[in-house]
Amino acid sequence: MLRYALKRFLSLLVSLAIASLVIFAVIEVAPGDPASFMLGINAQDDTLAALRAELGLDQSKVQRYLGWIGGMVQGDFGTSYQYRTPVAQMIGDRLWVSLPLALYALALSTLIAFPAGIYAASRRGKVGDIGVMGATQIGVAIPNFWFAMMLVLVFAINLRWFSAGGFAGWDKGVVAAMKSLTLPAIALALPQAAILARVMRSALLDVLGEDFMRTARAKGLTRGQALRRHGLRNAMIPVLTILGLQFSFLLAGGIIIEQVFYLPGLGRLIFQSISARDLIVVESVTMLLVFAVIVVNFAVDLAYAAVDPRLRARA
Amino acid sequence: MSRALILGGAVSALVVMAALVSFVWTPFEHTAMNIPEKLQSPNSIHWFGTDHFGRDMFSMIMVGARTSIAVAFVAVGIGIGLGVPLGLWAAARHGGWADEIIMRGNDLIFAFPSLVIAILITAIFGAGAVNAIIAIGIFNIPVFARVTRGGAMPLWRREFIMAARVAGKGAMRISVEHILPNIANLLIVQATIQFSLAILAEAALSYVGLGAQPPTPSWGRMLADAQTLVSIAPHMALVPGFAIILTVLGLNLLGDGLRDALDPRLRVTRV
Repeated sequence: MLRYALKRFLSLLVSLAIASLVIFAVIEVAPGDPASFMLGINAQDDTLAALRAELGLDQSKVQRYLGWIGGMVQGDFGTSYQYRTPVAQMIGDRLWVSLPLALYALALSTLIAFPAGIYAASRRGKVGDIGVMGATQIGVAIPNFWFAMMLVLVFAINLRWFSAGGFAGWDKGVVAAMKSLTLPAIALALPQAAILARVMRSALLDVLGEDFMRTARAKGLTRGQALRRHGLRNAMIPVLTILGLQFSFLLAGGIIIEQVFYLPGLGRLIFQSISARDLIVVESVTMLLVFAVIVVNFAVDLAYAAVDPRLRARA
Repeated sequence: MSRALILGGAVSALVVMAALVSFVWTPFEHTAMNIPEKLQSPNSIHWFGTDHFGRDMFSMIMVGARTSIAVAFVAVGIGIGLGVPLGLWAAARHGGWADEIIMRGNDLIFAFPSLVIAILITAIFGAGAVNAIIAIGIFNIPVFARVTRGGAMPLWRREFIMAARVAGKGAMRISVEHILPNIANLLIVQATIQFSLAILAEAALSYVGLGAQPPTPSWGRMLADAQTLVSIAPHMALVPGFAIILTVLGLNLLGDGLRDALDPRLRVTRV
C-alpha cells in the first residue's frame, strides 16, 4: 500500500508541476499588459515602468514563474493588481461561499441520488425503474444554469420564498446564509444527482449478479434485504469514487451558477479578474481549483486502493 | 430496434433538419428587429414568441441549432482527429514509453476543471465560436484517446492481429486496417455522448458571453438575454432551454440506443 501511495504521490507532484506550467504559459500569452490596464491609456512610460517593477512584471518569465510557485507553496499567492490586497485573502473570503456551496450541493445530490438509485435497482425493468431512469436522462440533459433560472422564476419571483441572487453573508447567521445558497445548490446538485443515481443503480445491478448475493437469497433473505445488507456495501466502492470526483467538479463547476445568482465566490472572482486583467488572481484561483481536483483524485485513488487490494497489486 | 434508438434518432434528426432548413428558410429573418412586437408570447404568427428586440424566436432557435451543431461537430472532430490516433498509438505500444506519456498526458488534461479552462481560454484569446470550439475540443482528445486505447488493447492479443503481424504488416497499418474498423462502434457511441456534452458546454460558454458572438444566434446567449426578463417574458428562457434539453436528451437516447444495438453485452451493465 505504501509503495502504491508513494507512486501516486509522485504522480500527483508531477501533475501539479505540469499544471502550474500550463496555467502560467496560458496566462503569459494573454494579450494586454496589466500595468497599462491599471493606469489607462494616458499613462507616462516611466510611470508604467515603475508600476511594472512594483508588480514584478519586469522580471524574466522564469523568475516570475518560480516566484509565483514558491510563494504559493508558502501560502503567499501574491498581491492583486486591481485591489492591491493579498490574493490569498481574496481567495479565502470567496472560499467561504464556494466551498459551502459545493458541499451543500454534494449533500443534496447524495440525498436525491442514493434513494433513487437503490429504488431503481430494486425495481429493475419495472415501471419504477423506467421512471427513475427517464428522470435521470432528463436531469443529465438539463443545463444547470437554465435550471437555476427556472428556480429563480418559481421560488424567488413567483413564490418569493428565496432571494433571486446575492449572498446574505455568514455574519447574518447560518440560516440566512444557507438560505441564500439553497437555490444555487439545488441547481448544481440536479445534474450530479442524475449521474450519481445512474452509477448507484448500475453498481447495485453489478453486485446483484455476484455469487454472495445468490447465497444471501438462498439463505432466505428477500431481494430487498439482501440488497440492503450485502449489496449496498459492495456497491459503494464505485459510487464513492464518483462522489469524490463530483466534489471537485462542483467546486469548479459552480462558477457559472455563481454568475446566475451573483454569488461572491471563486467563479465570480475569476470572471471579474479576467475582465480587469488581474492575471495574478486568475492564475492563483485556477491553480487552486486544479490543485483541488488533483488532490481529490489522489485521495479517491488511495481510498479505492485501501478497500480494493487488486488495485495495489496492479500498481 | 430499441425505443431509445428510434426516439433519440428522431429527435436528433429533427434538430439537424431544423439547422439545415434554416440555411434556406426561416419564418422571419432571425436578425430582423421589430420593437412594436417585442416580448410577445408564443402565438400563431410567432410560434415561439418574440424577444426583447421583437425578433422571431422560432427563427432564432432554428439558426441557433446551426451554431450548436457546428461547434459540437468540430469540437468532437478535434477529439476524434487527435484522440483516436493517440489512443491507437498507445495501444500499439502498450507498456512502452509512448503509451505512458500519452496516458499521463491524458490524465493531466482530465485533472483540469474543463469548464474553468474553457472559460480561461475563451476569455484570454477572445470570445467567439472558434475559440469555444478549441476549448471544448481539447477536452475531447483524452476521452477519445482513452476509449480507443481501451478498445484496441484487447484486439492486439487476438489471432487475426497476430496473423496480420506474421504477414509482415506494421503497427500503423494494422491499427488502421484492422483495429480501427473493429472499434468503430465504440467510437460512434462515444461521439454521440461527447456531442451532447459539447452542446451543453457551448451553451454554457455562450451564456457567459464567451461563445458565438452577435449577430450569430446561440441558444446559450438567448438564455443570457432572457435572464433579466424571465419574470415578464418566461418564454424567452423556456424556449431555448427546451431546445437544449431536447437536443441533449435526443443525443443521449441515440447514444444509449446505438450502444444497445451495436454491443448487446453492454445492456446489462450500462450506467
